[in-house]
Amino acid sequence: MASIFEYAPAPESRSVVDIAPSYGLFIDGEFADAADGKVFKSVSPATEEVLSEVAQAGEADVDRAVQAARKAFEKWSALPGAERGKYLFRIARIIQERSRELAVLETLDNGKPIKETRDADLPLVAAHFFYYAGWADKLDHAGYGADPRALGVAGQVIPWNFPLLMLAWKIAPALATGNTVVLKPAETTPLSALFFADICRQAGLPKGVVNILPGYGDAGAALVAHSDVNKVAFTGSTAVGKQIARTVAGTDKKLTLELGGKGANIVFDDAPIDQAVEGIVTGIFFNQGQVCCAGSRLLVQESVQDEVLDALKRRLTTLRLGDPLDKNTDIGAINSAEQLARITALADTGEAEGAERWSAPCELPSSGYWFAPTLFTNVTQAHTVARDEIFGPVLSVLTFRTPDEAVAKANNTQYGLSAGIWTEKGSRILAVANKLRAGVVWANTFNKFDPTSPFGGYKESGFGREGGRHGLEAYLDV
Amino acid sequence: MRTTPSTETDEAGGATPRTLADVPTSASTLRRFLHGLPGVDAVGLEARAASLGTRSIKTTAKAYAIDLAISMIDLTTLEGADTAGKVRALGAKAVHPDPTDRSTPRTAAVCVYPDMVATAKEAVAGSGVKVASVATAFPAGRAALGVKLADVRDAVAAGADEIDMVIDRGAFLAGDYMKVYEEIVAVKEASGPARLKVIFETGELSTYDNIRRASWIGMLAGADFIKTSTGKVGVNATPANTLLMLEAVRDFRAQTGVQVGVKPAGGIRTAKDALKFLVLVNETAGADWLDNHWFRFGASSLLNDLLMQRQKLATGRYSGPDYVTVD
Repeated sequence: MASIFEYAPAPESRSVVDIAPSYGLFIDGEFADAADGKVFKSVSPATEEVLSEVAQAGEADVDRAVQAARKAFEKWSALPGAERGKYLFRIARIIQERSRELAVLETLDNGKPIKETRDADLPLVAAHFFYYAGWADKLDHAGYGADPRALGVAGQVIPWNFPLLMLAWKIAPALATGNTVVLKPAETTPLSALFFADICRQAGLPKGVVNILPGYGDAGAALVAHSDVNKVAFTGSTAVGKQIARTVAGTDKKLTLELGGKGANIVFDDAPIDQAVEGIVTGIFFNQGQVCCAGSRLLVQESVQDEVLDALKRRLTTLRLGDPLDKNTDIGAINSAEQLARITALADTGEAEGAERWSAPCELPSSGYWFAPTLFTNVTQAHTVARDEIFGPVLSVLTFRTPDEAVAKANNTQYGLSAGIWTEKGSRILAVANKLRAGVVWANTFNKFDPTSPFGGYKESGFGREGGRHGLEAYLDV
Repeated sequence: MRTTPSTETDEAGGATPRTLADVPTSASTLRRFLHGLPGVDAVGLEARAASLGTRSIKTTAKAYAIDLAISMIDLTTLEGADTAGKVRALGAKAVHPDPTDRSTPRTAAVCVYPDMVATAKEAVAGSGVKVASVATAFPAGRAALGVKLADVRDAVAAGADEIDMVIDRGAFLAGDYMKVYEEIVAVKEASGPARLKVIFETGELSTYDNIRRASWIGMLAGADFIKTSTGKVGVNATPANTLLMLEAVRDFRAQTGVQVGVKPAGGIRTAKDALKFLVLVNETAGADWLDNHWFRFGASSLLNDLLMQRQKLATGRYSGPDYVTVD
């Protein structure tokens, strides 16, 4: 008599967020049209519905924003740290108060499930501002000597995968250390940054301290190249990161890059299997795998390969894909048609190269951009799906026989952002973690973030650290 | 005994059990098997349980789950002050949980001490509600095996359909797994046709690794149900320990084809909590366990909260504690 326990739709209410039909650029404390009047549309990736029309920044707007930031810098950097801290605390509290609204907005604009924006993105955004608010009056004790100086104007370019969280990672340390900011959000997810502009006004932040320029790559390139920018911070693809490094080379701009990854999630035969399976799922299907530190390569010890894969497949069949606003949705939409095309092409390459493809049985909605959670088995180091960053819900499964082989395979990548180790043996965790060339190594967990913990890459995953005390260095003249 | 071959292997060779049936042939093979089970990462287990706790069960799903939860309750009274009158009232409540709405499902069982079995049996006669009896010197289990078995036989003779036994936690914590196993086997035999629920008192076993090992001892020894707690200690059923036991019965069926039920008991008081447990069942063991033959709640006050929620769904407003019966 057992019957099926179907969860009825449980959508979060859209009415908590009021999206205006159009938005301007946020320069010098005011919203304004682009100098050339250009606009672009931001769509909801789950439905392809147009959410709003947004002013598109061009070179002239970048110049105006940088000038505004420069003008604001003198006073802002001269404020006692405790005063800057007050603004940041205020911003953090407003984010908490408006977190439901911002979570719904982020889910609409990005396509990720409300469960994630509500339980991960927004709490982390607020925590990041709280954390750096606390540093603002303690910079003397950050380990860089007495009274470390701000750099000036920070030009920041952020990606679409965690729009508001990446904004927080960039803006919170910049403001705490006394810099002013010109930030360009990604063209597919400009809205939460524009809501953040409103929060800056609500917090009474002085004009020009934060400027937001929605736009495309050309605006980002102009910002990075602007001669009056002192610090460039970029999170995004390795290809664009290399371009930026070339642009900045030969100038005195300070640069941090947080780029791609191909994280190895290593499961030893003495791992807590059920929790490892959860960690594998979190590692690659959190935010539809559109995470630079995703655990996109599963390295599983041969002796437990079948057990782990059976459990993983069984678990993947319980994932719920669909309406991102539904509180029970585990897997939302891919952020854009362009990204979906890239994921599709790489998955097809995997199949063409002979890897075995398996997807969780699930029905994809008819409109919007969707990709079913997918595994590739019989993958070797030579397969494209084991080398290239897919940035989607696609896991490549490789095997190993010994700890040394696991380490060698994990490190055999052009990237070095994240890695995971699953074993109940503490000594093995320490031994393996020391040999992994990755900026973050998680033990018996994955994709855990905390503002107190530095984050950043080795090799082509970039350089510089964000978060923690280390994250201050990028914004100080030290 | 189960004889389905398993894929268990062990590097040590020699006395390694080749099938699950070989596992309890000696104290050392049993110990080696239990300590060879995958470890449990406490942080990860609790995170998974908490994350399933955020499922939002609304409207039709809620109505379905509330009725299912009511039908899974072992309505329990285990007090020194229990009287025949109290047990009869409990039986009446089990048969007709909501006197104003006869469409309300019956509870699965009433759960009483052995000396109240006959009274309970009479109170639920003809209704399909089972009578479960705790036995084996419940809740401490600190008595000689002969006394425990007499306790069980007594309850079965009085008509108990189900026996809820406690394991010897002292023996378990001392590492004497064989003693725990043999005692369950003996109780199973003494239970005859009654279904056997084995209580681990997870709050006293303390670690999740222990709970996983106890689950396997119970299942290997022939438990029909594995049950978290007596309800008499500080920590009783939690989402995490129940999730872990659901993983155990899922894995046991995958290896042997034999399905074992799960019963969280103690501390589940609200409909909201009960629904979270049903989500754990649904997404861990699966739909096959969403039935009162395979999943139970050991509870007393839970029933009234479920009834109030049920009335709320039907009428659109909350009634109050005076609109459900206090027994």
